[in-house]
Amino acid sequence: MSIIIDKLNYIYSTGTAYEKHALKNINLVINDGEFIGLIGHTGSGKSTLTQHLNGLMKGTSGDIYYNGENIYDKNYNMKSLRNKVGLVFQYPEHQLFETTVFKDICFGPRNQGLDELQIELRAYEAMKMVGLDNDLLDASPFELSGGQKRRVAIAGVLAMKPEVLILDEPTAGLDPKGRDEILDQIAYLHKESNITVILVSHSMEDVARYVDRLIVMNKGEIAFNDTPQKVFANYKELEAIGLAAPQVTYVMNELKIRGIPVKTTPITVEEAKEEILRVLKKGTGLEIRND
Amino acid sequence: MGIIRSENLTFEYIRRDEEGNVESINRAIDHVNIDVQKGDFVAILGHNGSGKSTLAKHINSILVPTEGTMWFKDMNTSDEDKLWDIRQSAGMVFQNPDNQIIATVVEEDVGFGPENLGVPTEDIWRRVEESLNAVGMMEYRTHSPNKLSGGQKQRVAIAGIMAMKPECIVLDEPTAMLDPNGRKEVIRTVKELNEKEKVTVILITHYMEEVISANKVFVMDEGKVVMEGTPKEIFSKVDMLKKYRLDVPQVTELAFELKRSGLSIPEGILSIKELVDAICKL
Repeated sequence: MSIIIDKLNYIYSTGTAYEKHALKNINLVINDGEFIGLIGHTGSGKSTLTQHLNGLMKGTSGDIYYNGENIYDKNYNMKSLRNKVGLVFQYPEHQLFETTVFKDICFGPRNQGLDELQIELRAYEAMKMVGLDNDLLDASPFELSGGQKRRVAIAGVLAMKPEVLILDEPTAGLDPKGRDEILDQIAYLHKESNITVILVSHSMEDVARYVDRLIVMNKGEIAFNDTPQKVFANYKELEAIGLAAPQVTYVMNELKIRGIPVKTTPITVEEAKEEILRVLKKGTGLEIRND
Repeated sequence: MGIIRSENLTFEYIRRDEEGNVESINRAIDHVNIDVQKGDFVAILGHNGSGKSTLAKHINSILVPTEGTMWFKDMNTSDEDKLWDIRQSAGMVFQNPDNQIIATVVEEDVGFGPENLGVPTEDIWRRVEESLNAVGMMEYRTHSPNKLSGGQKQRVAIAGIMAMKPECIVLDEPTAMLDPNGRKEVIRTVKELNEKEKVTVILITHYMEEVISANKVFVMDEGKVVMEGTPKEIFSKVDMLKKYRLDVPQVTELAFELKRSGLSIPEGILSIKELVDAICKL
């Protein structure tokens, strides 16, 4: 079970002055249960790519196989694909519309034609998954804080029980704590339910902390596709395409240039701390407190 | 005395039912006293709902205090007669670049402000040119704004404010919707305006890296200013910031963690270079 993208191309406004090759010959395999980060600067094609995955956009040429079936087959059931691949757009709280939190979360499963009991069970479950308190059931979604609204929107998609969850910048506009809470929740969700997660993000620090594999898009093509450690090792190339590595990667590289024999692979604060302590301890015989 | 001053500034959002009875009162700003000097670059931090945007909206009289007073250039912002004088010299840039551009050509958008102020036509064009140069968008003057990137749109919005020759610009999360490059462009522009044109800047942001450009930082929580100092002073209090739902730049956090593990690293490290230097000195 997986998603296979085979030689996918997408061209906007063909034959006009605005013609743009937004996706160029994309080949990609996404396995079940992966936690993938998708990065690239504005206009690199990452949103266009995610919208192909649940059939909102159709490639100009090429194929996408979902669990072995070609979604561009004439008889393919696109509606069932959209139930399986949940897409949380940027600023999803702008799409909240119901009078209560609970009704809003029920909207998705209700459209799937489930019976009332199933719908409500799913809604409760989804609220739990995103860490929303049951006290908020009857609150108007518009009275909630930014972080809570976003959870409601994500719960609305989760209530449809997708197999793949795509989140387009789920933390934009949230404060640092709210950002960490949402990402921790997504990581927990991934771990618990083994759902495939694709996280579209602008924050290198965030993807470094959470994802197993990083796909970097540039000008409609895949520039890198590897573990975050290996991708961020190419920090100079990343800069050339308008991206960067996490700050600690620069610290490690700079230390190495200055003659301190550290590995340059750390991408999180925790990893960097351990590596620096390891090298300094060895070098000086210093007793370093561990807490 | 500073260009922006407040004394016991309090603001309450009051909700009323259909009969006009008070349903709930939410105190968004709670007895705040601030004093910002002309030429300062002030960053305001605080979690969602801490009151920072509400405070910013008092500076150019979009909101007026429920209690206490706010002065801008010694004008009381509650004084309706002063409204236009205040708004002419305190401009505001908001979060969403798409909500603040109104014209179909960049130069006309930038000229909209001074035109409304009744500036003579030749002067408007001169101001438009100066402002577009100041934000580095001169080559786009005849372009359509909707083909620009988010960062470019925000710079056009800033140029629109600059063309009104304000003494102060208030930016309410101007980079929240931008990608890393767009963010850098906007912050660089703001910093330059502060340094070269001596414009007083109030920057509200969630991105800790952007605060480093400021010379003064206010941290807000529950409608109060709970911390005040230089970026170095503020970021040396990592635990306290976390308590207020905030964060520090990754290198500051790494420095803090290394220090906690027993390395002798100074407090309040803000840049990669500072940290590397400190480690090399050990």
